[in-house]
Amino acid sequence: MSKTMFEKIWDRHVITGQPGEPQLIYVDLHLVHEVTSPQAFQGLRMNHRKVRRPDRTFATMDHNVPTKDIFNVKDLISKKQIETLRQNAKDFGIRLAGMGEADQGIIHVIGPQLGLTQPGQTIVCGDSHTSTHGAFGSIAFGIGTSEVEHVFATQTIWQVEPKQMGIHVHGKLPDGVYAKDIIMAIIAKYGVKFGVGHAVEFYGDTIDAMSMEERMTLCNMVIEGGAKMGVVHPDQITFDYVAGRKYAPKDMAAAEDYWSQFQTDDPAAFDEVIDFDVSDLAPFITWGTNPGMAVPYDQAFPEPQDQNDAHAYEYVGIKPGMKPTEIPITWAFFGSCTNGRLSDLRIAASYLKNKHIAPGVHALVVPGSMAIREAAEKEGIAQIFRDAGCDWRMPGCSACLGMNPDKIPAGAHCASTSNRNFEGRQGAGSRTHLASPAMVAAAALNGHFVDIRKEASVWSR
Amino acid sequence: MEPITSHTGKAIVMPNNNIDTDQIIPKQFLKNILKTGYAPHLFFDWRYDQSGKPKPDFALNKPENQGATILISGENFGCGSSREHAVWSLTDWGFKVVIAGSFSDIFYMNSTKNGLLAISLPAADRKILNTATSTDQITVNLVDQYVEFKGQRFHFDIDPMWKNKFINGLDDIDITMKYEDQIEAYEAAMPTFD
Repeated sequence: MSKTMFEKIWDRHVITGQPGEPQLIYVDLHLVHEVTSPQAFQGLRMNHRKVRRPDRTFATMDHNVPTKDIFNVKDLISKKQIETLRQNAKDFGIRLAGMGEADQGIIHVIGPQLGLTQPGQTIVCGDSHTSTHGAFGSIAFGIGTSEVEHVFATQTIWQVEPKQMGIHVHGKLPDGVYAKDIIMAIIAKYGVKFGVGHAVEFYGDTIDAMSMEERMTLCNMVIEGGAKMGVVHPDQITFDYVAGRKYAPKDMAAAEDYWSQFQTDDPAAFDEVIDFDVSDLAPFITWGTNPGMAVPYDQAFPEPQDQNDAHAYEYVGIKPGMKPTEIPITWAFFGSCTNGRLSDLRIAASYLKNKHIAPGVHALVVPGSMAIREAAEKEGIAQIFRDAGCDWRMPGCSACLGMNPDKIPAGAHCASTSNRNFEGRQGAGSRTHLASPAMVAAAALNGHFVDIRKEASVWSR
Repeated sequence: MEPITSHTGKAIVMPNNNIDTDQIIPKQFLKNILKTGYAPHLFFDWRYDQSGKPKPDFALNKPENQGATILISGENFGCGSSREHAVWSLTDWGFKVVIAGSFSDIFYMNSTKNGLLAISLPAADRKILNTATSTDQITVNLVDQYVEFKGQRFHFDIDPMWKNKFINGLDDIDITMKYEDQIEAYEAAMPTFD
């Protein structure tokens, strides 16, 4: 019987249990951050338990980080949470990329960057965007704090095997249209719960042509469609990305040989297949309060279908029939585990080069990690952002979730490269419009969204 | 975890779809390092006005709804972030049961770890339950897997393993430690590339 890539990895990790029932799954890599771990460490202490495999555990601080002045955490409760992780990492012998250290960054950015994320693995983290790591051909999903405690103590997790969905993505992306637009378009078309209970594999010639960073963007946001995780089969692009990184395997030949087995035999192995042609895709923008409330650039905002839509219009302060160009953008946010990697910053910078953001627009640029920040400084990208009038920051989750000082003011419309446009997500009363880094750059320059496809030849994908 | 076999209480109806965890408990309240103390912040942005005063027309603020233990909602409840604080804030307020059309996967798993019964029922059943007022009682029988309201019974599904955990109030780590030998054997057989 043909199997999906996901099933092959899953089957290799089952300790006990039958298909269709909760099974005990071994966890290869446990990523930890400061918000969802303190209660888990406390649970270990109360029960005199240890972290079973500190060598398979890696922690950093990202959610609370003040990106303006990283060494000066003014919020005392944030400070306590950050200090608590530092102490817990020390007490339990866990590797920690501490604030301001060379390896620090958003957990889903540094995992791949350090070579911790590898094909064929099972990866968990107390964070829904753990799905990002599926881009490497690994099973990666977000868990709650009780599960974090369980993984600490046992290096395993109880899970029911999800169903398998394949999304066949094919066609050449038009200029000015990116991985971000693909996943936004899929969620807009199929809704914010199309993937509930499913592992989604993206495959097809569009995916094969993508860089690892584009694949990560795709898998990162699949959770916004309700999927438990997103996966892409590992190939030479994956192997080349992993090779030579800090925690990459020393014997790459043996590793590649092992990783290569994780391929879906036949699309017939999926429980469900969606066909998605990207050759005519337009850039997408969200108008409402969940990522499914999005339209392609050329379309006007739709008539409300129900109470939820009506409420969203009221919250965002725009009207059906309006076009994306009519949203008055006063904030732009570049960053997050969705689009805070070097290639994202390059795209945005190529558009901002020798230009200045519109009067009255505030633009925050927050690299996903210290390493990305350094690389951007070296390449001259950082200077492009500064010259364009953007606020160039230290790495962290920043205004993606406004759990730190970076918040969008109430009533302001923010063009954002992040992943969620929920009510108040970027700050109480803030109005988020999700889009690709190129679209956000263009919006920052003009004070409203514009059709970047007309100028897309200026920068490269 | 406290064992639960059956529960009777009054319900609050919030029939919206896609109630996300940012609405259940906004991020500014995730900085606590404890599992309790979240009740005052549950549905914070919907519950209080700009000055921090309770909005009188919000369900949780109505005097007749105090003491409710069952929340009835729409599709895709608990979508968004993985924060277990969403479950802790619901249980801290006093909820024992959430009935919805469906749940996000992570929210559902979190509920099983904290004795919060998350029950999926189809729209037709919820339409009837949505008529519940603060003077009505709803019973949830976990052993026989039904919700009872005004003499009508609605069957629900639950995985036998989660059911057993709820009924016996079992701790997951204790269950798993019974497989210690298998975990060790698994680790010994893992591939290495060094």
